[in-house]
Amino acid sequence: MIEFCGLKLRHPVINASGCFDVLAAARVFGDELFEQFPFAAYVSKTITLRAREGNPPPRLWESAAGLINSIGLPNRGLRAYLETDLPALAAALPVPLITNVMGSTPEEVGEILDALEEEATVAAIELNVSCPNVATGLDIGADPDGLEALLHYVRPRSSKPLIVKLTPNTADVAACAAGAQAGGADAVSLINTLCALALAPGGSGAWLGGGSGGLSGPAIRTVALAQVTRVAQRVTIPVVGMGGVASGADARDLLDAGATLVAVGTESFRDPAAGSRIARELDDGFTQIAH
Amino acid sequence: MSAPFGRRHAALLSRRTYGPYVVLGAGDESARAQPGQFYMLASAERWGGGDGGRPYLARAVSVMSVGGEGLMEFLLEEVGPGTKRLCELDVGEGLLIVGPLGHGFDAPDAGVSPLLVGGGVGIAPLVAVQEAWGGQALLGFRDAEHAKAAELFTDPLVSTDDGSRGHHGFVTELLEAELAKQPRPIYACGPPAMLYEVRAVARAHEVDCELAMEAPMACGFGACYGCVVATVDGYRRVCVDGPVFDGAVLA
Repeated sequence: MIEFCGLKLRHPVINASGCFDVLAAARVFGDELFEQFPFAAYVSKTITLRAREGNPPPRLWESAAGLINSIGLPNRGLRAYLETDLPALAAALPVPLITNVMGSTPEEVGEILDALEEEATVAAIELNVSCPNVATGLDIGADPDGLEALLHYVRPRSSKPLIVKLTPNTADVAACAAGAQAGGADAVSLINTLCALALAPGGSGAWLGGGSGGLSGPAIRTVALAQVTRVAQRVTIPVVGMGGVASGADARDLLDAGATLVAVGTESFRDPAAGSRIARELDDGFTQIAH
Repeated sequence: MSAPFGRRHAALLSRRTYGPYVVLGAGDESARAQPGQFYMLASAERWGGGDGGRPYLARAVSVMSVGGEGLMEFLLEEVGPGTKRLCELDVGEGLLIVGPLGHGFDAPDAGVSPLLVGGGVGIAPLVAVQEAWGGQALLGFRDAEHAKAAELFTDPLVSTDDGSRGHHGFVTELLEAELAKQPRPIYACGPPAMLYEVRAVARAHEVDCELAMEAPMACGFGACYGCVVATVDGYRRVCVDGPVFDGAVLA
């Protein structure tokens, strides 16, 4: 049993936000999904105040040992999440729910946290700070002082554990993690996808409908290991490590670097049950042999 | 009817070719799929390391035929590093499979013989449709070499782009002629340009059409939101809301 921000988890493997839609997967795989649920906690896709249609296709580009996506955070908005998704998740989920949220202003984030405050189904909140700042064009989480200020504003709005999902697209991710901690975050999670560009064949510009995208998969595993190491050395709050984890050995590396939990993202696309396999490999000590 | 949860091993039991197309037969004890459903396929060994460091993700491939005794057949054409690797597999080698996935074709009304309009490798799910419900196949190919895959059907009508076999022109011209004789519902799969022309023809003749759409996919089970198509209700995921859509729903 793992203790994380007051949550008791069966093992240290959870999903990365946006990489598993439990309600869609239940339609595809039926009860077997819940009988063999691959994650110790379930992290939702990013929820925003208003509905988002997402980016125009194409949204995917396969790269060397990786995937560039430009999905654009499609979701039906906070109200539909509260009215439709939460009751369905409450009835079905065998593990704690972590709701991932994003707002383009501190006020928007605050409004979402207010709405989630009375929802017992939501065990913790993960705050996505990879939203572009309208004034600077940088991710709002890319500037340590700005991130600390955002946390000072939104932290008092929620009594639930608050995890800040850091952006890796910054000069100093450890300073950003320190800013999140100073602002009152209970944990940080990293890495999000790395900013990446795929070109259309024939020189006609960006391939993805949304322009640039985010790189994930084994291609970013060593970047994740470096960033998680730096962050874990800098902060005292728990760290959720992720980025290219495809095996128990990969997960062990992040835990050894100081992470408390490990999240699986793109590997679940290749095998929906990857989370179970990775948790089992960790448990078996398979990884020590592999080292 | 749900798919087994997770990715599983399957042995490649058979492999045969029709011109440039390869039919792979995978052993899957739970073999069952509705016409129009698909699997995510990867080779068990050496998946990766091809052109550009790919493939990495599994490939979405329509079920061509559900044979007896756990044989599931897929039709493939080499178009990139993923299909190249799958096409070079030999009998006895392993596949990693997830499926069956997606929303397939709806059965026609009793006594109705539909028109099955296929283009290129998109003919695959229509083999399963004809096996299940009959219907007249209308198939479009580049040339006579590709048209060898017409053997997979009973009594098909064929068109080729270069006129080397059958009607010289588009398969939608065959469709126009058949609808002029007798209006009836259409099941179609093929390149997007063909599907949108099928839909226009269906509208003109006031018949229903179900279109099996294709989109690059990362997961196949609704997780990534990467495979959307535009519909009258906004973007919908091809993998879980399709791949078969009512033609009237597509934007």
